[in-house]
Amino acid sequence: MPGNVWVMAEQWRGELSEITYELLALGRELADGLGVQLEAVLLGHDARGLAATLGAADGILYADDPAFTEPTAAARSQTLASLAEERRPHCLLLGLTNLTADLAGILPAQLGAPFVNYCRDVRVADGKLEARCILYGGKMDAAVEAAAEPVLLGVLPGVRPADQGLKSGAPQVEDVTASVPDAPRVRFTKYLEPEAGDVDITQQEVLVAVGRGIANEDNVELAEEIATALGGAVCGSRPVIDQGWLPLSRQVGKSGATVKPKFYLAAGISGAPEHTEGMKGSDVIIAINTDPDAPIFGVAHYGMVADCLEILPALVETVAAKKG
Amino acid sequence: MNILAVLKMVPDVVEELEVGDDGKSLDLDFLRLIVNERDEHALEQALLLKDKHGGSVTAVAIDAPEIDDVLFTALAKGADRAVKITDVEEGLSTRAAASLLAQVLPKVPNLLPADLVLAGCQATDDLDGQTAAVLAHGLELPYLGIVSQVDADGSTACVLSEFPGGVRGEFEVDMPAVLGIQASEKPPRYVPVAKVRAAMKSQTIEEVSAGTEPEASLAAVTGMTKPEAGGKAEMLDGSPEELAAKVGEILSERGLL
Amino acid sequence: MAETTAAPDPVACEITLDNLLEFPEGREILTCIQCGMCAGTCPYGDVMDYPPRRIIKMLQAGLLEEVFTSDSLLNCIACYACMAKCPRGIRLTELLLPLVKEQVFVQLPEVPAELQKALENTLRYGNPMGESPRKRAQWVTTTDVPIRDLSKKPERVDVLWIPECYMSYHPRGQEAARATARVFHALEVDFGILGAREKCAGECARLVGEAGLFDKLMDDNIKQFDKYDFNRIVTSGAHAYDAFKYLYPRFGFDQIVEHTTPFVARRIEQLKPLLTKKLDYTVTYHDSCCLGRHNGFYEEPRTLLQAIPGVKLVEMAHNRVNSICCGGGGGGMWLDTFYAAKGYDRLSDRRVKEAIASGAEVLAVSCPYEVSRFEDSIKVLGYDDKMVVRDVVELLAEAMEP
Repeated sequence: MPGNVWVMAEQWRGELSEITYELLALGRELADGLGVQLEAVLLGHDARGLAATLGAADGILYADDPAFTEPTAAARSQTLASLAEERRPHCLLLGLTNLTADLAGILPAQLGAPFVNYCRDVRVADGKLEARCILYGGKMDAAVEAAAEPVLLGVLPGVRPADQGLKSGAPQVEDVTASVPDAPRVRFTKYLEPEAGDVDITQQEVLVAVGRGIANEDNVELAEEIATALGGAVCGSRPVIDQGWLPLSRQVGKSGATVKPKFYLAAGISGAPEHTEGMKGSDVIIAINTDPDAPIFGVAHYGMVADCLEILPALVETVAAKKG
Repeated sequence: MNILAVLKMVPDVVEELEVGDDGKSLDLDFLRLIVNERDEHALEQALLLKDKHGGSVTAVAIDAPEIDDVLFTALAKGADRAVKITDVEEGLSTRAAASLLAQVLPKVPNLLPADLVLAGCQATDDLDGQTAAVLAHGLELPYLGIVSQVDADGSTACVLSEFPGGVRGEFEVDMPAVLGIQASEKPPRYVPVAKVRAAMKSQTIEEVSAGTEPEASLAAVTGMTKPEAGGKAEMLDGSPEELAAKVGEILSERGLL
Repeated sequence: MAETTAAPDPVACEITLDNLLEFPEGREILTCIQCGMCAGTCPYGDVMDYPPRRIIKMLQAGLLEEVFTSDSLLNCIACYACMAKCPRGIRLTELLLPLVKEQVFVQLPEVPAELQKALENTLRYGNPMGESPRKRAQWVTTTDVPIRDLSKKPERVDVLWIPECYMSYHPRGQEAARATARVFHALEVDFGILGAREKCAGECARLVGEAGLFDKLMDDNIKQFDKYDFNRIVTSGAHAYDAFKYLYPRFGFDQIVEHTTPFVARRIEQLKPLLTKKLDYTVTYHDSCCLGRHNGFYEEPRTLLQAIPGVKLVEMAHNRVNSICCGGGGGGMWLDTFYAAKGYDRLSDRRVKEAIASGAEVLAVSCPYEVSRFEDSIKVLGYDDKMVVRDVVELLAEAMEP
């Protein structure tokens, strides 16, 4: 008799993250497929109220401790490990976001349990879980099975629509014991907000995004011209930010913003999961890349195998012509 | 300051990857390996800390094709020591490799304790674990990942880790510690080829036999496939002008132009 | 004053800054009379803190270390202008500058990002673009003339044709590659290519100061050349030509080396009857630094252009030995951001303005860098409907069309 399906409820600054609901939607399918219960694990401090939207779960396990107000992994890992040893769930779904990454790294080691990373889908087949994972930045797809329980699954954002997992009517909340280290060796001090950006890219209707393919800082201007003409803004993938060609406030993806504009032009962006998770909800995505196998074409609505350094200047003209 | 930088090789995606005959691993014929980009950042961060505070940097890796080039490059960039762990079965999973390192590193002469152990916080072939986190657990050291800034003074490190929306968190970490590096404070430095070649002639890579069997991986790939090329995108053709015109049409259709 | 700076014999590669004075080419440097022709003729002379004259003075005063700590030498695009004007004929661009730049490079606190990437790509993939070496000859599948890939099927050929990196990977370069293949085919040239086994000659890496990278590429390339049976190399790369001709012989490579333009020009009598289509273009020819100033091939490209029916050749204000570099050599191809940050105007912009002023509508070139640089400048300056850039071979191939 397999144990239950657990979903780690993720919080960010007092609210549950969208990925929590995506995982609940997936968790519900898995629990039904295995014929077991779906439980959400909520770790917080004076946060019981957050359970109100976790109606998609059959039950909620809530542990309360001041340590959970800090965005550190050790207390969470210890608590989850102890809970898992006691309750023996079949699997635990963890969202692969910056908030849960460290936990996803430590917990499997602490539990001695299998970890399956970069899951873009999980299904039940013959009473077992089969995960489909993205490898090599999206260049390969792997079917993966685990050899022991509990199976810890690192699940990429966007695995299911969030609204499928968002249900009110809080099910039973069970208080469980937190288990936290006495003398934490990693201690949170404070948050550092990004520099007051001139522009909030999450509020833009049109975004022109540049990646490594833009080759140098000068060419970002081309993107600016197009963005400005369309009443939007420029944003970028991680490599462009790392080089200092755009400020941190313009980063889209895992360590940056999640955006859902009406129009997203991805110029010279390969489309690794860390970026696409931040933009794949856009209404229309057009991707330009010289590599026909670039993973970005898997999330784009339109694509062209071309050099963005040739398309962007031509697009500057097209836009100017249509406007003027 | 005594810092370890842990490096590994991953498939180079500039070459087209193909599925091998067994249907669940990569075709080795045209496979080239490249150092994990995040590990390069980890090495750079180690060198930056050494530039600032003095001390020594040791580059460590498990034996793999082309790893010698990577280790000599690390030495040429300024690492003081390079250690290669040998007699390890090929193709270990991330987790198995990290667990092995946690067992072997304490046995390498004059290596541990280090003040900091830096490794990339992720790699594209991390199917069953994160190297830095698993290593930290095995060495019983504190861990913080997604690190983009580190400074260390005495017995604690002041570390910045990344959160969503460009927000960063500041942490105090007791040393010795393992940090999973997302990005070094400056891009990895360039090293002239002549310096690397000189390192190959004048410096040596210490070889240490693992002397232990790796643990079994707890997750296995049962099948591997190439995602459909192009995926769901409708592919457009034409000259740059024609393609730009098509983009213009799409914008107009949506009332954005 | 020499019309060409072409060195009579290959540069001794074993010369370093330490043993400079043990070699005649090195001692020659000390004959500098400090006239300042080099500084005066340098296209970036107004921002060059250390023109050759000053470098030599610092060398003599034992103060060369100071030169190494300035990044000003990154402004040198190895255009051979200083060397062409030097009344002493000192091997500035060929010898002194790369040696000094090598030390500058080592001391740079940070290598400009684009340049770093280009060099790392060249080391790893044999081309600055970072494309897979296996795809180097993929363009061959798009030609309509047969091209023998010797790496797949070795056979004896007269000419080993080396298109080099831009012609192999860049879309505009590939157009010139196709045109070259058509011209060779029409001239019944017995040629083959190395395909995926070809690697960058690395001359621009050497000129920016990465002698170690050049050495490694040279080792690899000579090993490859030794495996095949051919009489001569004909290369489309102007910088590659310099490397194969002047440096490789010091390391045991002693076959004939030619550049496409003079190679085809020597067959002008055979070519003329094939140029049947009339092209009513007013064309101006840009003398590339390597082919022109360094090697003296001024008339060959003009002979070819004038053989095309309908073509009217006009000259820019600065031509032949006085030509203004496109700015791509010596690493300049990957330093545009670096120069822009310093507020320099682009040399290719300057040159395009001259081309427009000459009354031409076609800017003809014979070095692959020039195509992308000038086309870029044309766009930026807004001359799109006034001028196009064409490699000389592209025009020849066009004139051969039915």
